[in-house]
Amino acid sequence: MFLEVSVGIIGTFNISLDKLSNGELWLAQFFRGLSDGATYASLALALVMIYKSTGFINFAQGSLALLGVYLAYVFSVEQGLPVALAVVCAMAASALVALGIERIFIRPFPPNRVLPLVIVTLGLLLIIDSSVGIVWQFRTRNLPSMFPDGAPIEWGIAQLTWRTIGNLGTVFLVVGLLYLLLSRTKIGLAFRAVSSNLESAQLVGIRVGPTLGFGWALAAAIGTLGGSLVVPDLLLEPSVMLRVLIFSLAAAALGGLDSMVGAVLGGLVVGLARNLLVTFLDLSELALATAVAVILVVLLVRPTGLLGSTHLERV
Amino acid sequence: MSPPSAATTSTPTAREHAACEYLQVRGLKAAYGNFEVLHGIDFTVAKGQIAVILGANGAGKTTTLRALTGMVVTRGSVKLAGEELVGKSTADIVRCGVAHVPQGRGTFGDMSVEENLLAGAFARKDAEVRADIAKWYQTFGVLGERRNQLAGSLSGGEQQMLAIARALMLRPALLLLDEPSLGLAPMVTRLLFEQLAAVNATAGTTMLVVEQNASLALDVASQAYVLEAGEVALAGSADELGADEGVRRAYLGY
Repeated sequence: MFLEVSVGIIGTFNISLDKLSNGELWLAQFFRGLSDGATYASLALALVMIYKSTGFINFAQGSLALLGVYLAYVFSVEQGLPVALAVVCAMAASALVALGIERIFIRPFPPNRVLPLVIVTLGLLLIIDSSVGIVWQFRTRNLPSMFPDGAPIEWGIAQLTWRTIGNLGTVFLVVGLLYLLLSRTKIGLAFRAVSSNLESAQLVGIRVGPTLGFGWALAAAIGTLGGSLVVPDLLLEPSVMLRVLIFSLAAAALGGLDSMVGAVLGGLVVGLARNLLVTFLDLSELALATAVAVILVVLLVRPTGLLGSTHLERV
Repeated sequence: MSPPSAATTSTPTAREHAACEYLQVRGLKAAYGNFEVLHGIDFTVAKGQIAVILGANGAGKTTTLRALTGMVVTRGSVKLAGEELVGKSTADIVRCGVAHVPQGRGTFGDMSVEENLLAGAFARKDAEVRADIAKWYQTFGVLGERRNQLAGSLSGGEQQMLAIARALMLRPALLLLDEPSLGLAPMVTRLLFEQLAAVNATAGTTMLVVEQNASLALDVASQAYVLEAGEVALAGSADELGADEGVRRAYLGY
C-alpha cells in the first residue's frame, strides 16, 4: 500500500534525464513559453490599464475580451474580412461596448469605493459570458491567427513561428503606443492624474467619468487584441478566456499590477515557467496551479510585484 | 449669532468691499449625507484681495472651500463675477477660473513636477502654458531644479509650493488655499506666505485662505472671517479682526 503510493508519487514527478539534457526540447519549450507569454502579457496589459485608473481588478475584463474575440470571429470567418482588419473592427466594437457598460453600470458608483465596483464587475462577467453562450452556443470554433503559418527559424523540434514573432511584436508595439499615449497626450495626462489622485484630478478640471470611460474602452480594445492573439492557439468557446485569465492575473500580479512593462515581463515569465514546468516535471494537470502559486508567492514575498510602485510619499 | 465685538458686515470697510465684491456667497449650506456642516453662511471677497477664514477645528472652514468648488452637496448661492457656481460640476467651476489647493496638498505623487504643472493647466486651451511653467519655475526656484523629479519625492514644503504653482497654472480668477502651512516649518511657512503675497501683488489673483496660523494669515490678508460651528461669527478687515480681543485670545494666543 505504502509502496504503491510512493511509486505513484515518483511516477507523477517523472523527471527524466533524457529530457533535461535535450537542448532542442529546452529551446522548443522556450519558444512556446515566449508565445504563451506574449498572449498572457497582452491580457495582463488590459488588466493593468483598468487597475491603474481605478485601483481595482476588473473581473469582467476577460469577458469583454471574449465578446471581442467572438466579434473578430464574426467579422473574419463569417463576413470574410482579412483577420487583422476584423480584429481592428472588433477592438473598436468592444471599446464601444465597454464605454456603454462604464456609463450605465460603473459611473453611478463613487469611483473611490472599490467593493461595490468589484461586485459589479463580477456580475458583468457572468452576464457577458452567459450572453455570449446564448448567442454563439457552446460549440467550439477556430479563429485564424493574424499571422501566417510556418516558422522562419527551426532547429529540429524547436520552432520559432511567425505567430510567436507576431504575437511578441504586437505586445511590444502595444506597450510602446500606450507609453506614448500616456506620456505625450492630454488624455493620457488626464488618465494618469485620475489614477494618481482622484480628488486633485477633479480640482484641476478633469472630467473623471469620461476619463475612466476612456480607460475602460482602451482596456477592452487591448483585451480584444490579446484574445485574438491567444485564441488561435486554443479553440474558441465561451469559457476560453477563463482559462487564460488566471495566467494573465498571475502575470499582472508578478509584474506589479500598475506597471505596463511589468505586465509584459510577468507574462513572459509565467509563459516560460508554465511550459518548462509542464514539460520537465510532467505537470500538465497542475498548469493552472502554477499560476495560482505564482500569485501566492508574489503576494507573500513581494506584494508590489517586480516593477510595481511602492507608493512613495514624503510628508 | 452672538453680537460680535469687532466690525460686522455693517461697518464702512465691509460696505466698501461689498461695493466691489467679486466672490459673493449667500446662504451657503453644505452637508455630508444628513449631517449639515454649514448652516447658511454669507461672505464676500473683493477683487484682487486676500481674504482669510479663521476658526476652530470642525467649524466648517474646509467644507466652505469644498462647497465653493462643488466637492460637497451644496445649497445657497455662490457668485463669482456675477456667475452662479452652485449647481455646476467641479470641472465646470474650475473652468470658471476657481483653483483649489486642497488640505494635504494633493499633488500627483507618481507624476513629475512638470507633469503636475501641465495637469494644472488642463482646463486651459491657450498656447502659453509652457511660458507659464517657466514663469512659476522662476518664482518657485526649487520646482525648476526638480522639474523631472517625482512629486512624491519632494519635501512637504516643496510639495506645498508645487500644489500652489499647479493651481496658479489655471490662471485662476479665484485661488482657494486650504491650510497651506499645515505640517511646514515656521520658516517655510513664512516664505510661502511671502510668495503668496507677491503673486497677489503682481498677478492680482483674488485669494481665499483657510489658515490655522492666524497671525501670518492676517498679515497678508485684507479681509477676514471667523467661522464658528458652521456660521460666520465675525467679519471685518484683517486689521480689525487682528485687534479684536476674542480673536486674539482664540487664534493669536495673546
